[in-house]
Formats: sequence, structure tokens, C-alpha cells
Amino acid sequence: MLDDFLIRAGLAGLGTALAAAPLGCFVVWRRMAYFGDATAHAAILGVALSLAAGTPIFLGALVMALVMATLVTTLSSRNVAADTLLGVIAHSSLAFGLVAVSFLPAVRIDIVAYLFGDILAVGRMDLAVIWGGGGLVVALLCWRWSALLTATLGGDLAMASGINPRHERMVLTFSLAVVVAVAIKVVGVLLIASLLIIPAAAARPFARTPEGMAVLASGLGAISALLGLRLALVFDTPAGPSIACTAAILFAISTILSQFPGLRRG
Amino acid sequence: MSLIDVRGLTVKHGGQLALAHVDMTIDRGEIVTIVGPNGSGKSTLLRAIIGAVTPDSGKITTAPGLRIGYVPQKLSIDPALPLTVRRFLGLPARVSRKVADQVLAEAGVPGIAEQQMSSLSGGQFQRVLLARALHVRPDILLLDEATQGLDQPGSAAFYRQIEELRVARGCAVLMVSHELHVVMSASDRVICLNGHVCCEGKPAHVASAPEYRALFGTGTGGALALYRHEHDHNHDHTHTHEAACSTTS
Repeated sequence: MLDDFLIRAGLAGLGTALAAAPLGCFVVWRRMAYFGDATAHAAILGVALSLAAGTPIFLGALVMALVMATLVTTLSSRNVAADTLLGVIAHSSLAFGLVAVSFLPAVRIDIVAYLFGDILAVGRMDLAVIWGGGGLVVALLCWRWSALLTATLGGDLAMASGINPRHERMVLTFSLAVVVAVAIKVVGVLLIASLLIIPAAAARPFARTPEGMAVLASGLGAISALLGLRLALVFDTPAGPSIACTAAILFAISTILSQFPGLRRG
Repeated sequence: MSLIDVRGLTVKHGGQLALAHVDMTIDRGEIVTIVGPNGSGKSTLLRAIIGAVTPDSGKITTAPGLRIGYVPQKLSIDPALPLTVRRFLGLPARVSRKVADQVLAEAGVPGIAEQQMSSLSGGQFQRVLLARALHVRPDILLLDEATQGLDQPGSAAFYRQIEELRVARGCAVLMVSHELHVVMSASDRVICLNGHVCCEGKPAHVASAPEYRALFGTGTGGALALYRHEHDHNHDHTHTHEAACSTTS
């Protein structure tokens, strides 16, 4: 069954979307959207380093995303204007990554594949990485769920309940790096944020509880991945951007539906 | 032994001294209020007790197994986060429907368990925060300016509720306030703070202490119920409202 490249592509999209959506809820609740961008953009630098060193792309992207996420977390807790700093880091790491790739001599690599994903070229090994990494993130989120939510409400509130908000932030930072690393193959570094944020935003009006929103976002993410892939085949469009477009259309529909008070739930 | 014992607590914020050599204790069942002007370190003291601030020196000892119910100064919940009152009460420890209904009733807001947090009024929100602190069956409630944003009757009602809870549950209460009328009516003991402990004791004692008068003005004894203290004061600063506040007690 896995011999069919379409089935592999579908499974890769599904795995990424299912891990990205619940994490994306936290990104939305904690207003970390720009943080997600910075982490994702840094990954291209990791891709370049991996290509140069001959290590797996996933590993390089993961390490670089982790380094960048940790750096940003450390710096932003020192009262530097966080959004400015994130902007500087996000775009400069992307630029340095692209320049670094151009230096690689033997590489006739299509950099576009890393910017926008190359889901139709997903192999068995990629699938194992995507579902392994995605499963890890979902397991981590389930395990820390209550603590993460409490820390999201407020640091002091968490401390008073014996929860260290810094530890919970590290959980999110790590999860974000993993999702970025597994999503490169699927939607590429430039569109990872779409799988994180758009399903969560689309789910918001119809959820009454955090758990409800996470589950609904996962469902919408899965639909975006599968439907987007299907549309890409029908219209012969690039798969990664088609998935992001589908998510955006679902968001638009959700926004329109939420204007009807009878349908809104939260 | 005391529930909480603070000895020689010193906290610096970015080189600035926020608290200097603060000693205080609170015993089982006591209501203690910390008063002081803005920036006097009241919130820092509470945050040090819950462990959110690391002392530069000094020691905070809590009774073994102490359960703290913490009511924060304010809490802003992002509108992107859907949250029913019941789900909020169950963070981080899940709460049954029965217990949720019970603590909400105790906090004076029965029957709102299924409402969204974002739909609550300011007064309801503060009471839900109180209910959340109650459901851990606390030995002590910590309230950090819990009536901020409430009007005078609203905060008076809120503190009456606290007194009733103390009677019903026997838990101690440590609260921070700059609303002087609260100090006088509800507390067993008052600690007047301005970076250090200026004076402490029974409300009447503190109200007549020269250090307290220097901070809050001398003539406010009888007018406390009407007078809300909003300014920063220095010890050597003469209170401008003095003439307007006649002593009636």
C-alpha cells in the first residue's frame, strides 16, 4: 500500500496536520505566531548545514529550529522588544539559509522544495520520521496538557499550583521545533505556520473548551491536508501551497458561519 | 507552627530593592492584610510566597503539605482561548461537576459553571477566581488586590464573602490591599509595608501607629470607609487630605 506515492503523500500530510493543529492552538492562545515563523525560517539554515555536512535534513532542521527557539526565548525574557527581535531573527536566518545553500558546490538542489514542501516525493523513511515526530509531539502535549493550559493562563497562577511556567514553555519550544522539522517535507518552511495557525483559528468559534478546539482544529487540519492534496492533483497545482489554501478557505467558511449566532458555540 | 514564616526576606528587581529584611508570619485561621502604597512591594511579597519570585536573601518556610489557594491580582484570558467556568476551575487539577457547583455557590456565583469565562462581569470573574482557589481545599487563601476593578459596594461585598469563608472553612487569609476600609473591618492583623515592614499589629493599633500615619495620613481614622487611598507617599510627606478627613471615632 505504501508503494503508492499518493498514499504516502496523504499519510505525510495527515501526520503533519494532526500534530501541528493542537500545537497551533497553543501558538494562537499564547500569541506565538511570530515565534513559530522565526523557528520555521531558521530551519532553512539547518537544511543548508545538513546538505553541507551530509546529515539527514530532518536532523539539521530540528537542531537549528531548537537553537533558534531557545535563543529567542532567552533573549525575549531579557526585555528586548520581542516582536522586533523575532522579526530580525526570522528573516535574517531565512536569508542566511538561502545564501548558505547557494554556496554548496555540488548541490543542484531545488531549494523551492524546502521552501514550499515536496509532499509527492515523500518516501517510507520520511513517513516514519513524520509519524514518529508527530506522535511524539501529540504524546507530549497530552501528557503536559493541564500544566500547559494553566501556564498559558498566567505564570503566577501556574507557580501557585506548583507548575513551573518556564518548563512548560520549553515543552512548547521543543514541540514547535519538532513540528517544523517534520513539516518541511510536507509544506516547506514558509508555509508551516499555515498548518499551525489556520486550523486553530478556524476551529475557535465552534469550540467551548480548549480540548474541543484542539480536536476540531485537528479535524480541520486533516481535511485541509487531504483535500488540498486532492485539489493539487486535479488542478495540477503545487501541493504544499494547495494545502495551505484549503486551510485558508476553511477558515473563511468558518468565519462566515460564525456570524450566525445559532451556529457559534464559544 | 505557623502556616507561613518569612524571615529576613530581601528581593531586588533589576538592582532596585523591592523588599528589605521583611519578617512576617501567619497562623492557622488568621486574616492578615498587607497595606502599603503602590510600589511598596506588596505583590512581590505574595509572589515570593508562591515561589514566583526568588529571594535575594532570607527564607520562606511553609508548613509541610500546605495547600495554598491563590487569587491573582488580575488575569487576562486571551479571547482565542475558549474556556468554560467549569473547565477553568479544573486547571490544573480536574474538578467534578458537583465540586464545581459547590465552590461556585460558596464564592457567591452559583449556576454559572457552563458559561464562557469571557462572558463574565468583573465581579463574577473575581468570584470565579476565588472559587478556583477554594476547590483545592486551601489551608490559606492568598489574595492579591482581588477587588481591583470592582466598585466600592462590590469590593465590600467581596470581602464580606472572604470573612464568611474564613468562618465556614477555617482557612487563613493573607491579602494585599490598598483599600483601607477593608483593613479595618476584616482583618485580625495588619502589616503596613513600604519596602520594609513599617509597623504591624491589630488594625486599631496600626491605624494609630506614627509610621502608618506618616504613610496614610493622620486624620483618616474615622473616614476610612469612604476614603480610597490611591497615591504614593513618602514617610516625610505631609498628607494633603488631612484637613478634609475629620476623626469621628
